Amino acid sequence: MATLLEVKDLCTQFFTFAGVVKAVDGISYEVDEGETLGLVGESGCGKSVSALSLMRLIPDPPGKIVRGEILFDGEDVLKIDMDDMRRIRGAKMAMVFQEPMTSLNPVLTVERQLSETLQLHKGLSRQQGRQEAVNLLARVGIPDPERRVRQYPHQFSGGMRQRVMIAMALSCNPKLIIADEPTTALDVTIQAQILELMKSLTTEFGVALIVITHNLGVVARYADRVNIMYAGKIIERGTSKQIYSNPRHPYTVGLLRSVPRLDQPRRAKLDPIEGQPPDLVNLPIGCSFRARCRWAVDKCATDTPPLMVVEDGHWSACWRTEELGAHALDIGNQPAASDNGAKVATPARQPRSPRSQPARGG
Amino acid sequence: MTTMTAAEARGQSTVNLGDVLLEVKNLKMYFPVTAGLILQRTVGHVKAVDDISFVVRRGETLGLVGESGCGKTTTGRCILQLYKPTSGTIKFEGQSLTELGTRQMRIMRRKMQVIFQDPYSSLNPRMTAGNIIGEPLIVHGLVKTKEEYKNKVGDLLKDVGLNPYMADRFPHEFSGGQRQRIGVARALSVNPQFIVADEPVSALDVSIQAQIINLMEELQEKFSLTYLFIAHDLAVVRHISDRVGVMYLGRLMEVADRNDIYFKPLHPYTKALLSAVPIPDPVIDAQRERVFLTGEVPSPLNPPSGCVFHPRCPLVTDQCSQVIPQLREVESNHWAACINVPGYGAT
Repeated sequence: MATLLEVKDLCTQFFTFAGVVKAVDGISYEVDEGETLGLVGESGCGKSVSALSLMRLIPDPPGKIVRGEILFDGEDVLKIDMDDMRRIRGAKMAMVFQEPMTSLNPVLTVERQLSETLQLHKGLSRQQGRQEAVNLLARVGIPDPERRVRQYPHQFSGGMRQRVMIAMALSCNPKLIIADEPTTALDVTIQAQILELMKSLTTEFGVALIVITHNLGVVARYADRVNIMYAGKIIERGTSKQIYSNPRHPYTVGLLRSVPRLDQPRRAKLDPIEGQPPDLVNLPIGCSFRARCRWAVDKCATDTPPLMVVEDGHWSACWRTEELGAHALDIGNQPAASDNGAKVATPARQPRSPRSQPARGG
Repeated sequence: MTTMTAAEARGQSTVNLGDVLLEVKNLKMYFPVTAGLILQRTVGHVKAVDDISFVVRRGETLGLVGESGCGKTTTGRCILQLYKPTSGTIKFEGQSLTELGTRQMRIMRRKMQVIFQDPYSSLNPRMTAGNIIGEPLIVHGLVKTKEEYKNKVGDLLKDVGLNPYMADRFPHEFSGGQRQRIGVARALSVNPQFIVADEPVSALDVSIQAQIINLMEELQEKFSLTYLFIAHDLAVVRHISDRVGVMYLGRLMEVADRNDIYFKPLHPYTKALLSAVPIPDPVIDAQRERVFLTGEVPSPLNPPSGCVFHPRCPLVTDQCSQVIPQLREVESNHWAACINVPGYGAT
């Protein structure tokens, strides 16, 4: 499939009194047309800043995109002027924000907010805009759209507001939707509804989707490819099958191992990643994860590992990625003794067997 | 009302209820909704918690799960008497908390503590970590000298994996995970038996969540604590709890051993809730059977008649809108409130 978005060596920094914060530190990736990409990392790893950079929504000052290229649909977004950028935003590239409570304007009706984009980008009249707004609400599964369209955001629940946000993002048939933590503020049953809706709509209209999340579970089911970020860098890239079944970076392994899983027998103890993420103002020399890494060697302190090919379409930024493959997910993965008793009817799944051969293909 | 004996005040209860530490019976908490500017008329009630009963045994962890607004936090606050319940009884070591006066309740609070959700807003930004942890010691008169105070605070900091020299720092100098450790140390300072942990890890990053969960489990063993663990993350609740209660719209839907809840859930709501949790493995996640709930949680101001879950339930029958199903022991130690569960019996 054709490449829609190509990010090359993107670097976004914030110039603060405390020093230069390297929020995004030279990341490169691409998104194909109609593809769903997951961007995963913890708070402060630069995942939201990298998305805002794509839309050129970084507040300047203090923020600045210091270098890099963002090739979207054949042109470099960073080189065009702000008027042209405004024509792209909303029309070709749209965004769904995290907080459905605060990202809608509370004093405008949903109709005004939906039709504004349509009037601006598609040149519809007020009347046409209203009709289209009703259609959009119906499309995202809001019952009784004719009545709902005249209401204000506070009359909608959290899940419904997120549906309005999705309707707004879809309104001009964009080629790319960036969803920044679209389900974090929602309850788990509503979260499932929203994700299912986003996936079916993007498939139906062939829209590419970037889902930014801190929850590895959220993207597993929906993403085609996954980028894992840590301290402003992409530290592992691959298809979601590769990332989840054959993680090759200690941080990814740590993330997967630190969460309790419902489909596996309970472990006696969780396996956290010790320590804290580094300060982005004073990033250590070498690998920024090494202070928390149990595989760290001397080389990690002196040389920053670049993304290295693991297999076809799978990269990892770790010097010991080869050794990691064989036993990454197995250490300590014994179920708690008490859970092996007769009480358990049928565990949903047997614990993973030690993986002697890294899974290939996918 | 009987006056407390000195033995009871010291925590050696004269009433022996076997291994039940906390007993909640028919607890109801209705919040009035008022209208009018000057003459505030009560126009309705938000039924935050509506007739729930459960017990917590000494040394166990009972998990309470549910979506936002299901009343799990209200339940925790009622137990701590931070809210005065509308009706129902709460017995701690056989003693009814609802009948206690303010002073007696204060003595009781030494035995039951709380860890809050948000490590950012639950610590006073103008107090040092040491003062935050040490204040309960002074309030309850547990230390006599300055020396003793300093040592105790240092010990508590060590217990939760921080360093004694951090006592002079202010909350903003700590990361989220470290702040939650301070919150844990504050709860531990008075040597409680029972801790209500209200979403203690949901504000933290996943890699830090596991640190706090492990810490709580270590401390439970070390100080033989009993937890009421309130959370919306089902995977976390299964990990830490011995038994789990599932709440929906102010009612308990199912209570069972952690393995029974997860491997053979009975109530349709529990099943839907479990299937909505994403599994971080695309292959396994794609194979799972999914129960999608349509619609949203109704308003607790005007809950549906009969079973509160019936408008969203995949198994709904005509009877569901008429009878309120009570929690019954459907299988041994497995309680469910659904008339369509096999073994529930006639209504």
